[in-house]
Amino acid sequence: MRRMLPASLARSIAMTAAVIAAVVIFDAALHALMAQNPFGGPRPAAEPQVGGVIGWILAKQSEFYREMSATIRAAKSDGSAVWTLLGISFAYGIFHAAGPGHGKAVISSYLVANEETARRGIVLSFAAAFLQALVAVAIVAVFAWLLSSTAKTMCSAEKAIEIVSYALIAALGARLVWTKGGGFMRALQAKPELAMASATAHHHDHGHARAHHHHHDHGDHHGHGHDHDHGDAHVHDEHCGHSHGPTPDQLAGPGGWRRGLGTIFAVGMRPCSGAILVLVFSLAQGLFLAGIAATFVMGLGTAITVAAIAVIAVSAKGLAKRLSAGREGGGALVMRGIEFGAAGLVLLFGLGLLFGYLAAERATCL
Amino acid sequence: MLRGMFGLLGLIVAWSLGTAAAEAHPHVWITARSEVVYAPDGAMTGVRHAWTFDDMFSTYALQGVATKTKGVYTREELAPLAQTNVESLKDFAYFTFAKADGKKAKFEEPVDYYLEYKDSALTLHFVLPLKAPATSKQLALEVFDPSYFIDFKFDDKDPIKLIGAPAACQMQFQRPNDETANTQRLNEQNFLNGDNSNYGAMFANKVTVNCP
Repeated sequence: MRRMLPASLARSIAMTAAVIAAVVIFDAALHALMAQNPFGGPRPAAEPQVGGVIGWILAKQSEFYREMSATIRAAKSDGSAVWTLLGISFAYGIFHAAGPGHGKAVISSYLVANEETARRGIVLSFAAAFLQALVAVAIVAVFAWLLSSTAKTMCSAEKAIEIVSYALIAALGARLVWTKGGGFMRALQAKPELAMASATAHHHDHGHARAHHHHHDHGDHHGHGHDHDHGDAHVHDEHCGHSHGPTPDQLAGPGGWRRGLGTIFAVGMRPCSGAILVLVFSLAQGLFLAGIAATFVMGLGTAITVAAIAVIAVSAKGLAKRLSAGREGGGALVMRGIEFGAAGLVLLFGLGLLFGYLAAERATCL
Repeated sequence: MLRGMFGLLGLIVAWSLGTAAAEAHPHVWITARSEVVYAPDGAMTGVRHAWTFDDMFSTYALQGVATKTKGVYTREELAPLAQTNVESLKDFAYFTFAKADGKKAKFEEPVDYYLEYKDSALTLHFVLPLKAPATSKQLALEVFDPSYFIDFKFDDKDPIKLIGAPAACQMQFQRPNDETANTQRLNEQNFLNGDNSNYGAMFANKVTVNCP
């Protein structure tokens, strides 16, 4: 790198520095927020119970959720209140998804574990949220409206779906761990020299000290047509770099989308307890259609937040990829390690939820 | 470079774990009135709760309950639902946690339970008898949902009453939003470290009875 510094390399260094600065600032801001809220310290009376950004998110969603029942009641006599209901539902969806919930964690981990694009992350998020709304409507329509079942029956149905959903997440995680484990192992074995060049992303020009020039010409994110100009014994192993990365046509084709279907089902089949409550309540008020509309609008809000988080996760991985590419030798290993770790997380989420180590939103059973 | 990268990864993992670890906002609101019941010999024998659910949950719970008169639910018609309620509550330790002189005191299964429907709200009445009546000097009682799916708010009027307590006993009641409450608040720190399994505890209503 001493010989010359190509413009694109300089640019990528500058960009990396900017991103790191952003991360550092974010981290500092986080600490500042924490410092404002010490454990158990005395505080002014007017301050809310929970603090910081997350505290604010929690307070907001709670507020929107509480407004829903009053708005549905109001809509009984005043049709225009339905619009208010939709507005509240949308806001609630956005805030609710920003709070705790396993859905976005699973989607994000899945995206990181796989060679996925931000666009696919967005599509997955919207599909999962749509399915979630659909399941909530279907449960209430079948059990409450058609069968006049009791809350107990509905709750049993919810619990059964929940178990299937968690088992699916665990299965998805197990499959990811299996496939990603292979890539990770190969990267481990390939270390130190072999894995070097293959993990770079996007447009990347390396000027190496040994006077050979790599020119990676990646037209799109998943185009792995490497244009390498290797001067010495530099084995390019297809498997250590992008072993499981799909080719562009695989991604665009039906097979590629089918791969994401498992995730959509695993995450989206479990309905949101809040949606079920709102639906049953609106059904009892004779406003079932308004409740259904509210549920889908809620799902839209949820999808926006989950998609945003998914995009952050994918970008973070992209950044890690760029950063690790600068580290000669270890780049592929780091990337395969990240993917393996993310795959492990999906498995852990599934098992944790299934066996109750992780608390998910409770089904409304009292 | 590497530090920044691992920091970022750490953030993602922490976010994922944090997000999966807790239920963060209540879906059910309960307005509670409770009585701490004492026997003639001065021993505390149990707690009598009256929990009024919010109208959305009340409606949900009443789903599919058959009535003779529309909109009117008698105690008999609600009996199966009350049964379901107390059975389900068992899994959550009735959201009632007692300590006698600092030692955990256990409750038996509820008795005298019934539901009441008034002003489009359901009220669940039940008595939680202590396994062994407590003669301790200090009794601490907490009512909350550790996962904060349910928000417990004690009634503004007569939140807690002592029934048949020795005259010397003094009661203190602390609401979760009391300025005096030394509760841990939820913020990024305890949210991201994943250690929020008991985070509902900061929304606990605390009753302390001292009988010198």
